Amino acid sequence: MKIEINDLRFIYPTGLEALQGISLIIESGEQVAIVGQNGAGKTTLVRHFNGLLQPTAGSILIGDWDTKITSVAKLASRVGYVFQNPDEQLFSKDVGTEVKFGPRNLGYSKDKTDELVKRALTLTELSDKTETNPYDLSPTWRKMVALASVISMDTPIVIFDEPTTGQDALSIARIAHVIAELRREGKTVVTITHDIDFCAENFERVIALSEGRILLDGVAANIFGQEEVLAQTFVDPPQLTRLGKKLGFKETVRNQEEFLNILRK
Amino acid sequence: MAFINLNNVTYKYPLTKTPALQNINLQVNEGEFVAIVGPNGAGKSTLCYTLAGFVPHFFKGEISGTVEVAGIDSSKSTLDKWVLNVGLAFQNPFNQISGAKYTVFEEIAFGLENTGVPRDEMKPRVEEAMKLTDISNLADRSPYSLSGGQQQRVALTSILVMRPKLLVLDEPTSQMDPIGTREVFGVIRKMAEGGMTVVMVEHKMEWIANFADRVVALKDGQVLMEGKPNEVLTSELLVENGFGVSRYTSTAREAKKQGLWKKEKLPVTLDEAVEGFKK
Repeated sequence: MKIEINDLRFIYPTGLEALQGISLIIESGEQVAIVGQNGAGKTTLVRHFNGLLQPTAGSILIGDWDTKITSVAKLASRVGYVFQNPDEQLFSKDVGTEVKFGPRNLGYSKDKTDELVKRALTLTELSDKTETNPYDLSPTWRKMVALASVISMDTPIVIFDEPTTGQDALSIARIAHVIAELRREGKTVVTITHDIDFCAENFERVIALSEGRILLDGVAANIFGQEEVLAQTFVDPPQLTRLGKKLGFKETVRNQEEFLNILRK
Repeated sequence: MAFINLNNVTYKYPLTKTPALQNINLQVNEGEFVAIVGPNGAGKSTLCYTLAGFVPHFFKGEISGTVEVAGIDSSKSTLDKWVLNVGLAFQNPFNQISGAKYTVFEEIAFGLENTGVPRDEMKPRVEEAMKLTDISNLADRSPYSLSGGQQQRVALTSILVMRPKLLVLDEPTSQMDPIGTREVFGVIRKMAEGGMTVVMVEHKMEWIANFADRVVALKDGQVLMEGKPNEVLTSELLVENGFGVSRYTSTAREAKKQGLWKKEKLPVTLDEAVEGFKK
């Protein structure tokens, strides 16, 4: 499903102008990463997608729904949002109930709900933890519960706010797998991340925000090639991109495969 | 004698069956910057809590062995005395911020207020600490109105301002932007050079290798290996045990198989990778 943002501005009640005119189209089925300095407005931007925040000016269309006149409850059927901090999101007594909460509220049939819950638990490798209270799990696994409880809603758009924070290598691989699966299903995925290597390995399109504005928007390889511009919003290019540049490669490399291919020549 | 002395420390949280830490022996010298790495569930945060005195004083549970910092045995001390020597920045800043203060400035002063630092001394110390971590511009904001990364800087600053002899950091940069992360590592390095002892849990191998003196790898509550950053972070043992490695290390390891990396030692940092890959 398509997301269309038109000259979006947002001022917090404190007077802080967090978004200063953002226009953006994210096509159906696109996988987009949003990067940028702390306080650049990344979370503020995506919180508009499911109506948690309402624009001070401008508009957001989720498919054909204008977020200004659509309730958060209704938007939840189109936009799934995984919070940065799982503790802001989880409330059920056990993992199974938590993951079931979303699809049940969307009014899916029992069979469909069961199937979606099963799939979400399998993808996040939580199948053996359905009876555990989410708060008895480590922060890592709680993050997985947050992920599962959103992907079980089967929304056409899924938003991840810093999914890899505090996760180890295995867990990051698991998240990458979830995103690949959503891509295969044709979902639109928007991910905020500071993990630029993860970003390079999993996303085709990258948007860099800086002080409430779009600094760069385009194909990942193009964005990562612009080291000086990225530095304006406190982002370093991926490790292998930096290495390739230091070695004098003409092309911008993003991952191991591209790097080794050039090295072999 | 070492500044931190953990002797055969085994610890079990209440109501759990397996110990979170098992027979940990760790010595850290004054002014040393030690990084702790390990997969989730390895016991990294528990080790931080142990150094900070929360284990066992706050979390209770069963502890054996001895924990000594600055020559004081933790079991014979109390938390209100312990905090004068040891500061801990939490993994999740949301859990650390007091909730009792309206502005970032007041939040950072909170620890000083509670330890009875005179008012005249407080203000310049808070200002200096905020300058160090580059958050002076956030002084009048509410801690809860900040982004995750900004909040994390506030959490770190509110510990630095206490000038602890031992600084314990549990993934202090997890929500920070990449260049901000590098800067914070630089600040922490500087603190260590000024004599502060630092123990820091982190996943960011490139910056650990650039800034830390020593790395301790934890797995299942035990020390798997320890040593110089390059030695530990390029070890096959880490790969076998599900640890993350820097892309320089993983790519050079693959390149070595294909005959494209000629050196014996694998790289962890950009400089090491450039050195080995350049023609």
